Amino acid sequence: MYRYDDFDRQLVQERTEQFREQVKRRLAGDITEEQFRPLRLMNGVYLQLHAYMLRVAIPYGTLRADQLRELGGIARKYDKGYGHFTTRQNIQYNWPKLDEIPDALLDLANVEMHAIQTSGNCIRNTTTDQYAGAAADEIEDPRPYCELIRQWSTFHPEFTYLPRKFKIAVTGSPNDRAAVKVHDIGLRMHQNDAGETGFEVIVGGGLGRTPFVGKTIRDFIGKNDLFSYLEAILRVYNRFGRRDNKYKARIKILVHEEGIEKIRDLVEEEWAQIKDGSLRVGDEEIAHYIAQFTPPAFEALSDDDADFEVHKAANRRFFNWVRSNVIAHKQPGYAIANVSLKPIGGIPGDATDTQMELVADLSEKYSFGDVRVTHEQNLVLPHVKKADLFALWTALDAAGLGTANLGYVTDIISCPGLDYCALATARSIPLSQRISERFGDLERQHDIGELKIKISGCINACGHHHVGHIGILGLDKRGKEFYQITLGGDASQDAAIGKIAGAGFSEAEVVDAIESLVTKYIDIRESGERFIDTYRRVGMDPFKEVLYGDR
Amino acid sequence: MAIVKNDSVIEQDWITVDAEGDLPSSDENLIVPLARFKEERDTLLGRNGGLGVQLNPGDAPEDLADDLDRLSIITVNFPAYTDGRGYSYGRVLRERMGFKGELRAIGDVLRDQILYMHRCGFDSYDLKVDGETALTKVRAALKEMSVYYQPTGDGRATAQSLRERRRATLG
Repeated sequence: MYRYDDFDRQLVQERTEQFREQVKRRLAGDITEEQFRPLRLMNGVYLQLHAYMLRVAIPYGTLRADQLRELGGIARKYDKGYGHFTTRQNIQYNWPKLDEIPDALLDLANVEMHAIQTSGNCIRNTTTDQYAGAAADEIEDPRPYCELIRQWSTFHPEFTYLPRKFKIAVTGSPNDRAAVKVHDIGLRMHQNDAGETGFEVIVGGGLGRTPFVGKTIRDFIGKNDLFSYLEAILRVYNRFGRRDNKYKARIKILVHEEGIEKIRDLVEEEWAQIKDGSLRVGDEEIAHYIAQFTPPAFEALSDDDADFEVHKAANRRFFNWVRSNVIAHKQPGYAIANVSLKPIGGIPGDATDTQMELVADLSEKYSFGDVRVTHEQNLVLPHVKKADLFALWTALDAAGLGTANLGYVTDIISCPGLDYCALATARSIPLSQRISERFGDLERQHDIGELKIKISGCINACGHHHVGHIGILGLDKRGKEFYQITLGGDASQDAAIGKIAGAGFSEAEVVDAIESLVTKYIDIRESGERFIDTYRRVGMDPFKEVLYGDR
Repeated sequence: MAIVKNDSVIEQDWITVDAEGDLPSSDENLIVPLARFKEERDTLLGRNGGLGVQLNPGDAPEDLADDLDRLSIITVNFPAYTDGRGYSYGRVLRERMGFKGELRAIGDVLRDQILYMHRCGFDSYDLKVDGETALTKVRAALKEMSVYYQPTGDGRATAQSLRERRRATLG
């Protein structure tokens, strides 16, 4: 895993000191809240409904054990004993006091973390596949390139006041677990005809009030040229992106209004002028970053472990957890263990201080001190020996972290909604809790299979409802919450934006409506079909009928 | 209002006219918006005084390609600090087009943007505060950070170049 060197460390320390001074000026009344606003936003400090909120960056969703332990400590020291993992692989604290935030940032800096660029119209934290470096289907580990993007984008002098925020996601696997097609820039690693590994560059995807699946601007860009190409895209966006209307300012609107061909021409023209410049990254430098992410010291093991099989046969609950939460590893004898932060009836993505500390300890014991955060708001221990899975699960289960529901109907993405967020028009957490309770029975969940429900509490779509197999959007209609259902969304390599099923449902009706959709799917599915497959085969009508009948 | 350049407060010895305004006498130093420069180019280049051009957001610095060596100053307007187009104009003018004259940031120029402006090629800053305050702000802003990840035309060594140098020394 990447370790800061003295340059990285100094940069974060200087930034921490700078913000401490800014907070001091604010608390002394030297600057107004309005003048302070852009300064705090650049450091991840939002003002929410009830309190300040601190959003901490977790670059490409990768944490070391000591970092996760510190995140738990910060939850206890500066918050109410918990934190919330987000769809951008970050963590948010909902109750910090402003005068204590500089101390929290110093604690973060001590474990090589920060809250830089987790807000503002700049290049945000780069996200990637949570199974990077472990997945059996991976072409190459994307994290060295993510780290290079992190450095290139941190305090980029030209791109800190973009028309709007800018999000980059990278996948090193053909099975896209990073939702790269719904980001401002998505990078998909693949090999060209010459056998070189590089990136397909996808641009202009996004959710929010105007969702788009991104379009390919370039089939292949070599690794050496990636950064000059990114700079060319950003320069075109900075110069020509709309600034007259906040809701039309993302690059997806520029691509949509001007057309991908025109944007491609502009980018290629710009790139031609800078591609041989100082942003060209040499093979030696790339090798240096690849070396920072060398695989841990795996033991040479047989892929089968007798004790593991014995435990699976003897313990039904362990068997269930393995069935849903454990995924194939590229190294024989190892597995990827997913830690669900979606207990039945719980708040999606929340973890307590002690849970974070426990996962940190377990990662040291069983996963080379490596932990990942997923955009679906769960945690991952990426490198666990199959022989250790039972001990790991036993410890997780005792702490309420052994829920066997990865990818199931209760593994819901939800934004914080009206319980916290100043922009929300409806609550989303309580609804996700009630859906989770309704489908709590494990065998039923397993029978339903993969079904991704995603809930947003407003049109800004932080809960990714547009790409939920079933998406739910909470709105406000004359002071009452109601919920609009979309069907057929998909965040994977087969990305699609869901379609609105029809009129919204009241809070009291919506859980029944979801259940009727699931029941319909069970009735009409063909062998091996997931909900999304059935929807694609039969279309909207059969589902619309169960929702609305003759209405 | 004070202009800071090269670590000191300098005199405002340029007259800026808008699209409509009357031109001052031929000996005065004059800054005109790009649109006007394009329309009245020959007249403006025939004057005795110094000539500068003001770029507003949406303008193309490339339009000045043929005349850069005739311009002593280019001002780039940031009508709001949140409008970051001027940063790209700065880099294009300095790094691509090779502009050597004064590049001045005007408009909503605040302390927390000055370092970024400097990194993008600006060398003077028009601040809406008195001279002493302006100088203090610019000095503080320029030394607040000492590590830079991106190569720009400002000549600062990037973390990457320093790392490579160190690796080479260590052999």
